[in-house]
Amino acid sequence: MAEVVLSWPTKDKATAIGKRVKRLDGPEKSNGTAKYTYDINLKNQLIAVALGCPHAHCKIKSLDVAPALKVPGVVHAEPLRKSGDEIEWQGEMLAVIAAETEAAAREGVAAIAVEYELLPVFVEEDNLAAAEKAGRTSKGGGKVQTEKEPGDNDDEDEFADKEIARLLKEAAYTVEGHYGIDPITHCCLEPHGSTVEWKDGKLMVHLSTQNVSGTDDGFAKDLNITADDVTVHCDYIGGGFGSKFAPDYWGIAAARISKATGRPVKFMLQRDQELKLGGSRPSGYLHVKLGANKDGVVTVWDSQHHGSAGATNPGGISHTVIPYVFTPKNYRRLATNIKTNHAQARAWRAPNHPQACAMTQTALDDLAMKMGADSLDIFLKNLGTDDAPGVSGAKPSVYKAEMEIGAELIGWKKLWHPHGKGAAKGSVVEGLGLAIHTWGGGANQSSCTVRVHPDGGVETFCGTQDLGVGTRTVLALVLAECFGLPYEAIKLTIGNSKLPISGPSGGSTTVGGICESHRRAGLDAFAQIAALVGKKLAVDPATLEAVGGRVQVIGNPAKSVSWKEACTLIGMKPLEVKGNYDRGTKSPLSNSQVGGVQFAHVAVDKETGVIKLKKFVAVQDMGLVVAPQQAESQIYGSVIMGIAYSLFEQRLTDPKTGAILNAELKDYKLARIGDIGEIVVNLYEPESERSRGVIGLGEPPVIAPGAAISNAVCNALGVRVPTLPMTPQRVLAALKAKA
Amino acid sequence: MKNFSFAAPRTEAEVLSVLSATPGETEILAGGTDLVGLLSQMILAPQRVVNILDVPSLKDIELLDGGVVSIGSAVTLDVLLAHPYLNPYPAIQQAIDGIASLQLQCQGTLGGEMLQRPQCWFFRDGRGLLAGGGKLAAEGDNRFHAILGNQGAAKFVSASRIAPALIALGATARVIGPGDEDEKIIPVADLFRTPRHEGERENTLLPNQLLTHILLPGYKPEAQARGILSSATYDVRHGAGPDFPLASAAAALRIDGGVVREARVVLGQVAPTPWVSTEAADMLVGWSVNETLAEAAGAAAVAQATPLSNNEYKVQLAKVAVKRAILRAAGLETGGL
Amino acid sequence: MPTSTTSLDPRSGFSRRDFLRGSGAVATAAALQAQSAAAAEQTQGVAILAGEQTIELSVNGKTVAVKAEPRTTLLDVLRYQLDLTGAKPICNDGSSGGATILVDGKPMQANLMLALQAVGKKIETVESLAGDAVPKAFVACDAQQCGFCTPGFVVATRAFLNMKPNATEEEIRQGLNGNLCRCGTYANIVHAALMVVKGGNNG
Repeated sequence: MAEVVLSWPTKDKATAIGKRVKRLDGPEKSNGTAKYTYDINLKNQLIAVALGCPHAHCKIKSLDVAPALKVPGVVHAEPLRKSGDEIEWQGEMLAVIAAETEAAAREGVAAIAVEYELLPVFVEEDNLAAAEKAGRTSKGGGKVQTEKEPGDNDDEDEFADKEIARLLKEAAYTVEGHYGIDPITHCCLEPHGSTVEWKDGKLMVHLSTQNVSGTDDGFAKDLNITADDVTVHCDYIGGGFGSKFAPDYWGIAAARISKATGRPVKFMLQRDQELKLGGSRPSGYLHVKLGANKDGVVTVWDSQHHGSAGATNPGGISHTVIPYVFTPKNYRRLATNIKTNHAQARAWRAPNHPQACAMTQTALDDLAMKMGADSLDIFLKNLGTDDAPGVSGAKPSVYKAEMEIGAELIGWKKLWHPHGKGAAKGSVVEGLGLAIHTWGGGANQSSCTVRVHPDGGVETFCGTQDLGVGTRTVLALVLAECFGLPYEAIKLTIGNSKLPISGPSGGSTTVGGICESHRRAGLDAFAQIAALVGKKLAVDPATLEAVGGRVQVIGNPAKSVSWKEACTLIGMKPLEVKGNYDRGTKSPLSNSQVGGVQFAHVAVDKETGVIKLKKFVAVQDMGLVVAPQQAESQIYGSVIMGIAYSLFEQRLTDPKTGAILNAELKDYKLARIGDIGEIVVNLYEPESERSRGVIGLGEPPVIAPGAAISNAVCNALGVRVPTLPMTPQRVLAALKAKA
Repeated sequence: MKNFSFAAPRTEAEVLSVLSATPGETEILAGGTDLVGLLSQMILAPQRVVNILDVPSLKDIELLDGGVVSIGSAVTLDVLLAHPYLNPYPAIQQAIDGIASLQLQCQGTLGGEMLQRPQCWFFRDGRGLLAGGGKLAAEGDNRFHAILGNQGAAKFVSASRIAPALIALGATARVIGPGDEDEKIIPVADLFRTPRHEGERENTLLPNQLLTHILLPGYKPEAQARGILSSATYDVRHGAGPDFPLASAAAALRIDGGVVREARVVLGQVAPTPWVSTEAADMLVGWSVNETLAEAAGAAAVAQATPLSNNEYKVQLAKVAVKRAILRAAGLETGGL
Repeated sequence: MPTSTTSLDPRSGFSRRDFLRGSGAVATAAALQAQSAAAAEQTQGVAILAGEQTIELSVNGKTVAVKAEPRTTLLDVLRYQLDLTGAKPICNDGSSGGATILVDGKPMQANLMLALQAVGKKIETVESLAGDAVPKAFVACDAQQCGFCTPGFVVATRAFLNMKPNATEEEIRQGLNGNLCRCGTYANIVHAALMVVKGGNNG
């Protein structure tokens, strides 16, 4: 059999990949029959609800669940914490009640008797001085780099101090400013949770998870069984965004209760628990002095930032992405972590990047404002060239080409004006801004089993999951391409831990991974079928192609057999082929490192501080585009999430009590359909990028909206609203500070 | 949620017969858009819930003598918004329109909207309506709390989005109970109060009284001839959707020969009750409305504001809301977004 | 104020008699009365229901018997007893629209309605719209990602377009603000609603 050559068809030859198609699971999602974890009802199941700690920092003096057992309908009560335990954030689960109905379980929770000893609360993650005073800070690392090296006798810190001071002094322009971005939560609409059944020593877990293949051992370890006794299942997940990788202690508790009661248990977080415990994104607040030459190219960057990732996670925003994308020749960047009374942060789409972008590309835009220059020019000048790049991630030429496309789409030439100098219509002013981003997105580990049946049917089995990306649709397109079939003909089985292992969906790695495994399996299977057909037609199998439901000599339908006929040659048993890709393996099918550019056009009401998006343009490279319609959807979604964290969204903590004040959805403000304006998506796919192969898209487009929108607001007002979200309160405060 | 019993009365008299005199023992249920959430969160835990959606008289909209429009308290907001009898009262239509959720408009009722409980996050977190005698709000995050009438323990803001318009328009409310024969008609403003202790609610109804109807003053032809009554509501909203405005104002004006003869201005979302600003209204009478005058009225409305530690911005927003409500009522451009 | 203009005497044109109408049978109360006569405690002729009741509901064109305590929400009945899980429990406060269903043709949120209030009403869930133009347009326009909010949006869109069959894009952007999506599918929902309007197979 001929060696399989790993490749994708060229754009003109492709019959499935790159085509606009309907999402395969669209009908189930739209007519309500798609079953999410929350929707799985097992016979005789109990509903579990947990008591969340009302205090942000306290010691449990006593905890008695017995009164809950007296509530009608309550079947099981178990403490999760014990007296003497210190609780470090509000909402932490202290005990769990399982009952016949959710209402009874809630009533049971209310009956639990707990006494608390209150301890000092610290939640001011934006206040470095207060954090230092409270002893809540730790070093978050940093780096200094200067073009000039210190001499042998120089103290390095002292040298850096002097060198940076010199560079700032010699700079043609300097900018000094504060920039920040508040914490937000993942706010999955389907909260974290599971429906579990422990039966005959085996555990079946329906889990809302981004990690179908990787959570069984987590359950096994904590429950003293082996991973082969655990099955994790997830057909549909109602949002994850980086927060649903593990069983979590509430998943383990559900399993324990099922074992204890002999009944299935559904344990989904309550809405407020989802916002308090289910995941949050670290905050960041940065102070910077930067210097630039007369052309507006940044020559020196000196920043410190701080922020919090909760009580137990020391990691705030990494200094390694400061300043963001742009790589000035001289820089010093220092990070300080603050420990606050919040639950531990979790990975949120593109960890570190959105915050870094919002805290630093705003400073670059302020340089443009200070120079009275066009922001687009300043961004372009700082890109450098492909030979001497001033940016990381993608090549300067990619960003540049994307900037040109985006500028055209947003109408930059026509609409741009110097910061604060646009024509006002009454109290309303408009402005434009841009920002750029990058992300890795290399393929994750993935394996699959593809079966081609003698009747022509094609099936794949893969332990991946569909977070809403369109995983199913992508898989079907890839196999359809391999076999020359319509994509609807491919049968898919995913979302179960007993299937061939596929990596967790995190870091934009899923589509790359599953394309690798499936293209490999598909090409392999076709090669085997081609060998059989070649024999029958007496032609070299290497000259055969699958197209339009036939296997034919390339470009010659006269010499062909139908796909069905070809498959009869397989024999009695289906042809089964495994596809596998190990993370990090160099491959022509997938790649990493993309660049994207985004533009925002906003209107701001100076009297109320209300901001409205008029238009947003996202130009995005992702290598080869497999499913353009779903890719566009993901970019729309990223932009909309970006609008939310730019204008509306923030986790609000009461400074006095440490209570999360907006853990219900009426208070936790997300963007709505009336808030988004016109969004234009441009898939940047020239042959130079397409030929690199598939690269993940989940993270990149969610990174730049914060800076792009902030820059547009600054362009409109002529004053920076330094911290996201830019609420009316903050806009008015910024205007007042200027006046 | 705690269990309770469910009463299904069919007449107003039957409603009264199943309401308890003891505060908190019974709650009146209509659309449920506020109450069911409060029950499931156990912020309220009544022994009995009284469903008034099947009392026909509470669902009527009628034109009475003198052009008075009578609206049953269980009329849903979508019905009200679409009803031609409401056309002379744009302030009410705009307030309902501002709720911006088709579901909440179709499910929510007029009485329920007016008597919904405050949105104060300390109250909704189970820490009491006054939240530690006002301490939690005074010392904590109070960005959405009151800037007027906040000197006592109550720091929350009145939630109703329609009440300011009703008060501006001079609407009255029919309240029955506790006795079978007890009935009174009071100005809508008198339904609201600033509670002084946890035992008091933010409305003046006894636990066994029922708000049955809202009466809008009628338009008599001879009155029309003497001048045009015009009204408007302006909400300052952070974004789209049903989220509560950051500040709101309703204005009703009688303009005759281009000059304001009478005016009433009522602010919402700024005080523990709908906030009637006679200062703003007085400023308008005798003048013709323009931007400068409206701006001055806005400033007058907030001149006595006493913002808390983190809500001074609401003073500016309330001022703008008043200005724009007046401009809109006068048929002028409001400006803004 | 406008008292002088409108001569509003609060009692003019208005008599107590006007308010003493209506003891006629109405849906919920009457049906409950009939259905639970045995279980009902009566206070001066008013049915007062306590504890678990067996009630009949009209759901998607069928009459079904379900069990409900007074505190049981319609959403819990749909999801746990009828396995109609299209309506989702997303919020406690009506801000998400996740549990949107049609009640006598109007969009309402099932998590905010007690099951006993639904007796005598025509309940339609997203599952009944499977052949409708709205879910088809959602699929055609890829107006879904994770899909958890989608059923609520589909029902809300259907209800909105029933009211405004020729809605403009601007009206669509104003009319569907009662629903929340976290993945950010709004742009394509606008496209889907416009497709239904243009398709003419609306309402």
